[in-house]
Amino acid sequence: MNCEGLKLKDLLVQRRSVILSKWFNRIIEMYPSDTVNFLKKEKDRFANPVGFTISQEIEALFQDLLKGTDAIAKSTSLGNIIRIMAVQDFSASKGISFVFSLKQVIKEELNHEINSVQAFEELWEFESEIDCLCLAAFDEYMKCRERIYEIKANQVTHRTYKLLERANSICENPDESEMAGAGCENLLNLNGGNGR
Amino acid sequence: MLEKMMKPEELAKIDHTPPIRGWMDPYVKFKKGAWCYSAAPKNLKYLDLPNPREWSPDQENWKLPENWKEIILDGIRERIEKYRSFRLFMDICVRCGACADKCHYFIGSGDPKNMPVLRAELLRSVYRKEFTPAGKYLGKWGGGRDLTIDVIKEWFYYFFQCTECRRCSVFCPYGIDTAEVTMHVRELLNLIGVNINWVCEPAANCFRTGNHLGVPPHAFKDNVEFAVDDLKEITGIEVNAPIHKKGAEVLVIVPSADYFANPHYYTFLGYLALFHEIGLDYTFSAYASEGGNFGLFHSKDMLKRLNAKIYAEAKRLGVKWILGCECGHMWRVMHQYMDTINGPADFLEEPVSPITGTRFENAATTKMVHICEFTADLIYNKKIKLDPRRNDHLRVTFHDSCNPARAMGLIEEPRYVLKHVCNHFYEMPENTIREQTFCCGSGSGLGSDENMEMRLRGGLPRANAVNYVKEKHGVNLLACICAIDKATLPPLLEYWVPGVEVGGIHELVGNALVMKGEQERTTDLRGEPLPVKEEDSKDV
Repeated sequence: MNCEGLKLKDLLVQRRSVILSKWFNRIIEMYPSDTVNFLKKEKDRFANPVGFTISQEIEALFQDLLKGTDAIAKSTSLGNIIRIMAVQDFSASKGISFVFSLKQVIKEELNHEINSVQAFEELWEFESEIDCLCLAAFDEYMKCRERIYEIKANQVTHRTYKLLERANSICENPDESEMAGAGCENLLNLNGGNGR
Repeated sequence: MLEKMMKPEELAKIDHTPPIRGWMDPYVKFKKGAWCYSAAPKNLKYLDLPNPREWSPDQENWKLPENWKEIILDGIRERIEKYRSFRLFMDICVRCGACADKCHYFIGSGDPKNMPVLRAELLRSVYRKEFTPAGKYLGKWGGGRDLTIDVIKEWFYYFFQCTECRRCSVFCPYGIDTAEVTMHVRELLNLIGVNINWVCEPAANCFRTGNHLGVPPHAFKDNVEFAVDDLKEITGIEVNAPIHKKGAEVLVIVPSADYFANPHYYTFLGYLALFHEIGLDYTFSAYASEGGNFGLFHSKDMLKRLNAKIYAEAKRLGVKWILGCECGHMWRVMHQYMDTINGPADFLEEPVSPITGTRFENAATTKMVHICEFTADLIYNKKIKLDPRRNDHLRVTFHDSCNPARAMGLIEEPRYVLKHVCNHFYEMPENTIREQTFCCGSGSGLGSDENMEMRLRGGLPRANAVNYVKEKHGVNLLACICAIDKATLPPLLEYWVPGVEVGGIHELVGNALVMKGEQERTTDLRGEPLPVKEEDSKDV
């Protein structure tokens, strides 16, 4: 391939579909081998939300990377992938590692061209952007985990909402935080029940 | 110090591909957030269940009885002899894979042992080894596997990751009911005291007080009166909500969450408003104060024990028939098992709506009618006045709850009601609703907080379809007719699709219902301001 005069970003645009396909495969191969086929082949977005989301969102992410830092900051694609990884059976490091695998894919796919046009500085710059994306992924991952813990905490009050509301109304000097933690057990005691 | 410092490119070459491990090799890593706590000994003792003790799935020693293997194998033998379906399910699967990618847990987690076929193989392999010549003599080559402690751990992990939703069964060309396979394995595990607290505690409470939370009769009465007061505040009408009224025509059975949990409570207000408006002669029972039945997730014996109160109370109160409200698994029990395990209910009459005269022939043996059938019939016969504009602030989609949809075929009635009580109703994609509906991911006793990550994985396919209609139509309410859905879909949507609330169909009925003599409504049943002033109420 004649690469003369081409910059790294031009190469990335030209080889976009191959890079995305390899990146997608690299991510899907993080799953157990018996699952990989399903995630790769099932194209219905409702039958295979994980495969579909990853495939759609990495495409958008790649586009954002080409546009630069501002586009990445506004992107929701990263969050949509991380939201899935954060509840699946991955450690935090593994859950965000898919971002780094793009570096490997680019090197494998464009190694020859990068060498021939000496686009090392551009590559380092682009890799720095991937690093930034990874840091953003870490933030997203933490947000998801915090959200899960918030949801768990909220469940305690939601589940017995009416009971708690009522318990508060019949306590002479209710301390809100105490009551919120007390759960239904207190109410049942108030009502003369056996509790649990 | 490291002998050899790795170069950056070597460090970057981390292989994230999981090691290939054959499915026959039992292996479970108990990661927090993906399993339920074990049953507390006090609950097992209360229910006279075997091997009550303190233990935890993530500990090495599960404190099983010494002869645990013998107990399990005897249990399998007993069930093979007793249930023809069980033997059939063990023998006829050809591993075609039609069910493999249909389970919400598989789709959301990517764990191959959540493929229904493979989950069932975890039991089938032991069955083959112990009960078929091929497995006995050929071992692994014949698809057989030894029963070991690790297999028991694997059973616990994966059969408490099946919500018994039966979506996989819809696709099985042989009609294998994988939910029943799960039920059998859970029964077997219970024989050696391997069970979860979120099933056993509600079961113990239910056995003691008639409902899962353990609300005693006087507290039940207080809660109902509280709801009557709340409804009066909204509508200006003080309704009568009879409890233990002997000789009433209808016994009304609700899931207990309806009278204490959010958002179920608003549906309960809807029932009260509707029953008052049509002048239904009904009664609640403080003893049969729970339609749900966590015995279904434990064993057939527990199911029978907890269900017995329904017919007993119907008989004691001298009603003619039973009206069951919005609950999911309750309807699998009522529709498929109650008649044979605790019937025949020959002291009851074939249900006839006292308002329309419609005979519910479909409930001729159980004598129990679903409230959506009942309300759809009222609307069809133009017996109630509705103003759907009162729900105009809501853009509604409907989640078919697994058991009403797949275990009793209740698919059109809820939609018929919804289309009459709200103006903005949008269906989710076809392969995610009706008999193909995706589970909430938290049914069959798996809705505990400690199991949240697993629930979020299992609920992903459902949430994904909700997200689609949210983006396409601006949907902001997911309506459903299951108490577990109402409890577990809100956190699921909070994570996956923030901005979509969950509600019951009779909450929307209650909003739209124009009651004789009511004050001008300024809020819906949740206390949210109404979108329009009510004028020109629409007659239906």
